[in-house]
Amino acid sequence: MSSEWQGRTLVPGACVGPALVLDEPLSLWGGLDPSSGEITDRRHPQSGQLVTSRVLVMPRGRGSSSASSVLLEAVRQNQAPAGIVLGAADGILVLGAAVAEELYGRTLPIVVLEEADFDALAEVSRGRTVRVDDGRISLG
Amino acid sequence: MTIHPSDSIELSDQDRVLLGPSGTPAEQMAMRILVRVAQATGARRLLDISSAHVDGCLYHGLSGVHFAEKLVEGEARVRVPTTLNVGGLDLLDPDHFRGSAERRRRAGRMMECYQQMGCQPTWTCAPYQSHHRPAVGQQVAWAESNAIVFANSVLGARTERYGDFVDICAAITGRAPAVGLHLDEGRVAGLVVDVRGLPEDLLSSEVLYPVFGYWLGRRCQGVVPVIVGLPSETDEDRLKALGAAAASSGSLALFHAVGVTPEAPTLEAVMGTLSPESAETVQVTLEDMRDSREQLSTVADDDIQVVALGSPHFSLDEFERLLPLVEDQRPASSVEFVACTQRHVLWALEARGWRERLEGCGVKLVADTCVVVAPILETLSGTLMTNSGKFAHYTPGNLGMGVVYGSLEECVASAAQGRVVRDSTLWGGR
Repeated sequence: MSSEWQGRTLVPGACVGPALVLDEPLSLWGGLDPSSGEITDRRHPQSGQLVTSRVLVMPRGRGSSSASSVLLEAVRQNQAPAGIVLGAADGILVLGAAVAEELYGRTLPIVVLEEADFDALAEVSRGRTVRVDDGRISLG
Repeated sequence: MTIHPSDSIELSDQDRVLLGPSGTPAEQMAMRILVRVAQATGARRLLDISSAHVDGCLYHGLSGVHFAEKLVEGEARVRVPTTLNVGGLDLLDPDHFRGSAERRRRAGRMMECYQQMGCQPTWTCAPYQSHHRPAVGQQVAWAESNAIVFANSVLGARTERYGDFVDICAAITGRAPAVGLHLDEGRVAGLVVDVRGLPEDLLSSEVLYPVFGYWLGRRCQGVVPVIVGLPSETDEDRLKALGAAAASSGSLALFHAVGVTPEAPTLEAVMGTLSPESAETVQVTLEDMRDSREQLSTVADDDIQVVALGSPHFSLDEFERLLPLVEDQRPASSVEFVACTQRHVLWALEARGWRERLEGCGVKLVADTCVVVAPILETLSGTLMTNSGKFAHYTPGNLGMGVVYGSLEECVASAAQGRVVRDSTLWGGR
C-alpha cells in the first residue's frame, strides 16, 4: 500500500500533524467551536473530537457558506487544524485560509486528492502522523 | 500572499489594474483573495457580476471585524448593487440583544463597516423576498446557503456557493470566478428525483418541504437534482424551505423541479446531453420522508421551552398564515415564541396593524438578525420547536438545545400547551 500521494495544492504550504479522519463531510459553521477546536455537530461521527493542530482528512465541505469565517476565527485563536486534505475541492475552506494569510500571515495548507487516493489515505492514516508539503502527502 | 496569476488563470486588463498598484489597497486585497479562490476551484477566468448578496457582515469573532476594518481602511467601495445578510444585532430593537457589551459593540461595528462600503442595509437571509431578485440567466455573486440555492433554483440566476469574505471581494471588484454554476455545464442535472409516489395530501402540505429538502441535501452531495412530481402550484415559501433545508444537510446550491423552476419547463431541458431514460433515478417513498422527519428532531416529544420561526426570514405570506393560528391558540406563558424576519416585512406588518396583534398574542418579532446566530433568546436550555429545517439542523450545535421539528400548526398548538402536540395523519399515523 502506497504511503505517499500527490494532490493538487489549493493553498500552498507545509505542515505536519496527527490525522483526524472525518467519516462524513462537516459543516464548520454550527459544527466546529473555533475557541476550543471541538467538533460540536452532535450528528457527526467525530463529534467531540478536537481539530486543533491536526491534519483534517475530510471528504468535502458541507452546509453554510460561513464555514470560512469559522476557519479564520479558529486560526486567530490558535485552534485551527494544521492543514486540510480534501476529497473534493472546496472554495469556502480555501477562502478562510487565504484571508487568514492576509490578516495574520499564517499559512494553513489545503490539498485536494483524487477520490481513490483520498479513500486510500482515509483508510490508512487514522492514528498516524500526516505530512503535507505543497501537494505531496506522506505518512510519518 | 503572492499571486502568480499567469500560472493558471487568464485575467482581464481591468483585473490586473485592480491587482496592481493603481488599485486601492482594498481592491488589491479583494482581487488577490478572489484569484486564490478562483484557482482553487479550477476557474480559467473571472466574469462580470451584476449584483451581490453579502453574508460577511455577521459577527462570528474578532477576525471578521479585523477583515472589515482592513477593507474600510483600504477605501473599499462596492461596484455592483449589494444587499446584506443578517447581522449580529436587531438594529430596530437593540434590547433584543442578550450578549456581552463587547460582543454587541463588535457586531455593531461589523454592520457599520459593510454599510460604509456602500452595501444596502437589508439585513436579511431572504433578500429575494424584498427587492433583490436577479433575472433568469443573470450572473451574480451571492452568499448565505439558503439565498444561494434560492437564487439559482427559483430565480434561475447564476451564482456559485460564495461565503463570507469572497462575497464582498466580488462586490468590490464586480467579478467572480467563471466556474461551476455560473456556466451552462454546471447546471445540468445528474439525478432524477421522483416524488410522484408520495401521498397527494402530503405533497400539498407545507410540512413536507423542509423534510424533503433535508433528505434531498443528504442524497445529492455533489450532484444537481431534478425533481419530478412537485405540484405546479408549489409556492415560493415552500421552495425556500426546501432549499434552506437541503443547503443545511448537504451542500446543495441548485435544484430543478419540472414545471416549477424556470430552467426546467421539461425534464429534457435540464438533462444536457443525457437522455432522461439513462439518468440515475430515485423514487422517494413515504418511509424516506418519515425517516427524514425523525432526523430533524433530536429529542423525544415532551415539554418545550421555545418556538422559533423564520429561518429563512419569515415572509409576509407566512405571517398571514401565522396570525389567525396564534389568535386562536395563544402561546403559553412558559414558552418563548419568536419569529425572525426582515425589516421590510416588519414594516409591512406594522402598516397592516398585524405587528400589534402578533405581539398582543405573545409573539416576539426579531428583525435584522436571527436567533441561531446571535444571543437573542431568553431561554437557552431545554427544547426548541420549529417548522424550519435550517433551525432544526443548527439549533443543537449553535445553541446547545434539543430540537423538535413540526409544522407551523403543530408549533402553534404545542406552544399553547407547553408540550409537543402532533398531528400525524399526513405521515400515515406515525
